[in-house]
Amino acid sequence: MKYQKKLIWSAVAATAFATGSLAQAASMEDRVKNLEEQMNATTHAMESRSGGHGSGAGNTHIGGYGEMNYNNTHTDTPAGTATQRQIDMRRLVLFVGHDFTDAIRMYSELELEHSFFENGEGNGEIEVEQAYIEMDLNDHHRLKTGLFLVPVGILNETHEPDTFYGVERNPIETHIIPTTWWEGGVGLSGEIAPGWGYDVALTSGLNTARLGSPGNIREARQKLSKADANDYAVTGRIKFTGIPGTELAATAQNQSDIDQGASAEAVGATLVELHAVYNQGPFGLRALYAQWSLDGAVAAAAGNDKQDGFYIEPSYRINDQWGVFARYNQWDNSPNAVVDTQQEQIDVGANYWPHENVVFKADYADYSMGTSPANTERYAINLGVGWSFH
Amino acid sequence: MTDSVFAIDNVLQQPEEFVQDVFAGDVPKPQVLWLTADLADDATGIMGHPLQALRIRYWERDGRSAWILEEIGKERPITTGIVVDNGKVDRVKVLIYRETRGQEVQYTFFTDQFKGAVLQSDRQLNRSIDTISGATLSVRALTKLARLALYLDHYVQSKKTGS
Repeated sequence: MKYQKKLIWSAVAATAFATGSLAQAASMEDRVKNLEEQMNATTHAMESRSGGHGSGAGNTHIGGYGEMNYNNTHTDTPAGTATQRQIDMRRLVLFVGHDFTDAIRMYSELELEHSFFENGEGNGEIEVEQAYIEMDLNDHHRLKTGLFLVPVGILNETHEPDTFYGVERNPIETHIIPTTWWEGGVGLSGEIAPGWGYDVALTSGLNTARLGSPGNIREARQKLSKADANDYAVTGRIKFTGIPGTELAATAQNQSDIDQGASAEAVGATLVELHAVYNQGPFGLRALYAQWSLDGAVAAAAGNDKQDGFYIEPSYRINDQWGVFARYNQWDNSPNAVVDTQQEQIDVGANYWPHENVVFKADYADYSMGTSPANTERYAINLGVGWSFH
Repeated sequence: MTDSVFAIDNVLQQPEEFVQDVFAGDVPKPQVLWLTADLADDATGIMGHPLQALRIRYWERDGRSAWILEEIGKERPITTGIVVDNGKVDRVKVLIYRETRGQEVQYTFFTDQFKGAVLQSDRQLNRSIDTISGATLSVRALTKLARLALYLDHYVQSKKTGS
């Protein structure tokens, strides 16, 4: 660079000398300097304008994800095989975030499930799964207010299809933890030491009043749609991610009355969830346990005063494109009922990522249930495609 | 790569101080690498998108180079200082972290994984970087920046030696 500059100046000087005009040389030097400044300014402006950093312009960010699944489910009985084939656009999701200032931002997630609905036709649902204001209190603690995902489990807050194995989400984080689960309220999050994170939230709660039985946790989500707010839920989570590839987390939630005061008896409910994620080189392991404890005579009589389940999922990443997994799931939504309602599911399958945010999935799932009639086999072959972008 | 459009947020170390540290106070004159078409194409291949910068400033002496690079984690750029010494990553340090998640990538228990990494012929690191749950996008961003710094260092060292 120095050599080039010298060369240019020599040429300029030589030209000036040749014309016999030093004043002209000085003017040439000014012009080159001006050009250099203009080029720097132009470059800077181009870099800044193409900035925006992210998919949105300036301080607004967009992202999204989607997944379409195909299920081919067979039920073999002595009478024959029943086959159900279904293809479904599970969800198409749009994230929009906006930074009002460095310390105040909005985040939202709008979702269309099952692709279509019109005048009561179709199975589609539109859901607002996140819509909150987050404010940084300082570098380590932040406060969010609005509608946000309950800090529990592995999938509830991170469920983009390219981030997990299996065409369908695991059954424990469906039937025990009602993923995707959001509530409205206030939450404090942050880190208490390097690698140690926490969340505390005071939010709206479940409402089993309209279900007839307090046992159906999944259906008790009010989804913040004119939700009954007589009774609140308190959630706390502690999470350790201080070793690369490792996450250990524990969540507890308590709601003093999940039928929102509809019955004379307060139906207190407590959820405890523990999980571990371990990734070392190509090896991965996810394990999760969750349990609900429900108070009251109605839940006890129905045998669903305790509901629990766990899964363990080893996986192996063959290379950047391919990974294989197996998962054992066991859960029971009415373990204290007279009949055996324990369910098991074994999944094996593969993910193929042609890009880090695009995934094709295939798996085989084998189901068994305590009350299944003898000689009945139920299994499924599932295929899926998913993507996400930020 | 360029001045961020975002105002400075969680500053762990000012880029100027980082460079001072790297060269123990005796900082060589900064140099500018213009991203010509070939360089820009290769950088795009590594980052997965075209770079917004048209030029990259760096500091180099005796086979040791320091780079201040930026990449988005999820929504905001992570300003990162990377030192390459004789073709190996010597240091990765997050200088300014603006994302609201994935702060773990700023700690040495994560960044030490890069120490000694070299770039393979396929422009991947010669080792796998263990991710951090909940910080996958920030981990990916830093991994790409480490690859980019190794690639750019290789380019400027080759130019110097004329190979």
